[in-house]
Amino acid sequence: MSASSGPNGGGTTTLVVRVENKAGVLARVAGLFARRGFNIESLAVAPTEDERFSRLTIVVGVDAAPMEQVVKQLDKLVNVVEIRELNPSASVERELVMVTVQADPAIRGQILDLVRVFQATVLNVGYDEIMVSLTGSPSRVDDFEDLLRPYGIVDVQRTGKVALPKLVKSAPDPLAP
Amino acid sequence: MNMNGGQALMKALENEGVDLLFGLPGGAILPVYDPLIDSSIRHVLVRHEQGAGHMAEGYAHATGRPGVAMVTSGPAATNIVTPLCDAYMDSIPMVVVTGQVPYAAIGTDAFQECDTTGITMSVTKHNYLVTEAADIPQVIHDAFHIATTGRPGPVLVDIPKDIVDPNNPRSAMEWYTPDSHDLPGYHPNRAGDSELIRQAAKLVCEAERPVIYSGGGILKARAAEALLELAELTGIPVVTTLMNRGGFPDDHPLCLGMPGMHGNYTAVTAMQEADLLIALGARFDDRVTGKVAGFAPLAKIIHVDIDSAELGKVRRPDVAIQGDCRLVIEDLVKALGELGGNESQPDRNRWRSRISGWQERFPLTYEQSKDDELLKPQYVLEQLRDATPDDTIVASGVGQHQMWTSQYWKFNHPYTWVNSGGLGTMGFAIPAAIGAKAGRPDRMVWAVDGDGCFQMTAQELVTAATEGFPIKVALINNAYLGMVRQWQEMFYQERYSEVYLTRDVPDYKLWAEALGCVGLRVESPEEVGPAIDQANEIDDRPVVVEFRCEAGENVYPMVPAGMSNSDVVVDPSQQDRPR
Repeated sequence: MSASSGPNGGGTTTLVVRVENKAGVLARVAGLFARRGFNIESLAVAPTEDERFSRLTIVVGVDAAPMEQVVKQLDKLVNVVEIRELNPSASVERELVMVTVQADPAIRGQILDLVRVFQATVLNVGYDEIMVSLTGSPSRVDDFEDLLRPYGIVDVQRTGKVALPKLVKSAPDPLAP
Repeated sequence: MNMNGGQALMKALENEGVDLLFGLPGGAILPVYDPLIDSSIRHVLVRHEQGAGHMAEGYAHATGRPGVAMVTSGPAATNIVTPLCDAYMDSIPMVVVTGQVPYAAIGTDAFQECDTTGITMSVTKHNYLVTEAADIPQVIHDAFHIATTGRPGPVLVDIPKDIVDPNNPRSAMEWYTPDSHDLPGYHPNRAGDSELIRQAAKLVCEAERPVIYSGGGILKARAAEALLELAELTGIPVVTTLMNRGGFPDDHPLCLGMPGMHGNYTAVTAMQEADLLIALGARFDDRVTGKVAGFAPLAKIIHVDIDSAELGKVRRPDVAIQGDCRLVIEDLVKALGELGGNESQPDRNRWRSRISGWQERFPLTYEQSKDDELLKPQYVLEQLRDATPDDTIVASGVGQHQMWTSQYWKFNHPYTWVNSGGLGTMGFAIPAAIGAKAGRPDRMVWAVDGDGCFQMTAQELVTAATEGFPIKVALINNAYLGMVRQWQEMFYQERYSEVYLTRDVPDYKLWAEALGCVGLRVESPEEVGPAIDQANEIDDRPVVVEFRCEAGENVYPMVPAGMSNSDVVVDPSQQDRPR
């Protein structure tokens, strides 16, 4: 079972769920989690390369229910085509955050230093606020947000995690049977 | 072939082999009722949409074929939510077609609009909102496939009015016969893993005190014969849960009867003492296990179920096999044969004698009524059982009468017991009996009902009378919501709260006659037999026999809620006997 520490302190597991791209599918998945008492930490939805399907990346609080039940109940939904549990060590995870921070002209430079260090992006600048964004691993996004907090976060929006499995590094031995 | 969506719906239902449709028309479904006139499908006009749903369930229980109901939008759709949930809990194959407001009006709070697919999402195996007339043949084909395969269940198809209305251009379509399913995420598993089945066979051969825990999956998988073969090959005793009464014959020497909260002492205790439970199509329901931590504490578990989510949901099995019960049992019988068949089974004489000892010391029992007392419901059920053909179909409501019927009836044939197990839906008996009679007109069908239940769905007796379904109703009138009364007596210090229904209002005999039935009333034991004989003779209309019963009778044995099955409370007359 793949598990890592989530924002609420408990363990989490990432499920990548391929579903039919039909009206109401998200409601079916969300409804299932609600009525079986499973806890969603974050959820990202987007179409896949094949327009018949969408991919949901769901981070589930594993403390909420036995993970096996979550997967089996999800699998019973007729519109769910495939479920993969992603182990953090065997996958690449990314999350995007947009943050608006208080930034008096006097301290704006300090924030821009952080933006440089994290290779983040400035999206918009106001007379006493600045909007920045960062794409990175969830822990890197956490760090960025923590470092900005003392300046006064006005607004923050995170996308929730998306993930794909890591690729195989060594090519197969052409001489292997 | 050019047609409209309504005609396509009828043709699609005919193609699925539908012969009976239980329903009630209304605004949004109205256009479909026109092509119905020209269809080969018989429509049964119900008096309340809940009745249509339970009739479809009763039909499915009795025949194994999917029951079909059709009702309009809004309040009709909400009225059929209870049967959908009932069918979902008890894995009954059923297809419900609901009308919906025109597609363009959805979301506008139109007259008789409700979010039917949203409301029923959690009580159906799957549901559809059809948006184009051209989708109707494929959706109906897929709906029946989903309802009847894997773990069966209810499927709802919501159809906006405009795509079935011949006066609307959106209903025009070209008919096609679907030759495959458009279900990339649905792969109902069938056979079990052969290595796991070999492991299960080894456990069976090592067990000294095994019990087969057979559930409703046996009946769903048409596995009664396979179960009999397994039990006889191994000599292992069988308990039949409420959902599998009739799935193994009660008159078989290996049958221990019903386990659980009101199961008989031997079935409950044999499971508690077992070293192996072979769970076949059963789901470790709380009414069977009692307190889970104390359930069958010594037993290893083989768990077979078509639904993998049931495996390990309540109790972690030692061998978990996903698959169709019939196929897995047949493979298990083969695997046992390879291990030596009957020769491979250890000597279980000591186990058998312990079981027969419990059966002798703790049979089901009740005290006959004294001279000044009303009838004992158990006596009525014994008389009814003995005076009806062996293959009589019995439907029941929910409560004390349901438990007594399950306890005292002798179910020797599969598909003769129709009841609401998981949801526990009061009022189930009468419409379900009508559905069963509609599906099996050759059989005698009795509904055993309580007075509380009867008042919930009695209007469907009008449907039975006018549509020609001569069911018989044994009304156990004890003037109370009996099961609640029993709990208040046992667990709330006899503080009775809102359970008395009155003895004489309504007048059930007059009510039955007003509904188009023959009404009979029985108050003394000697009248019971003749009244049943009289009812059995009547075949041109429904009959209601009101049996006036003692109010204070309790269902025993009983495992109080939250207690371990080892704490089963037996009939007061047996409480001093050594366990």
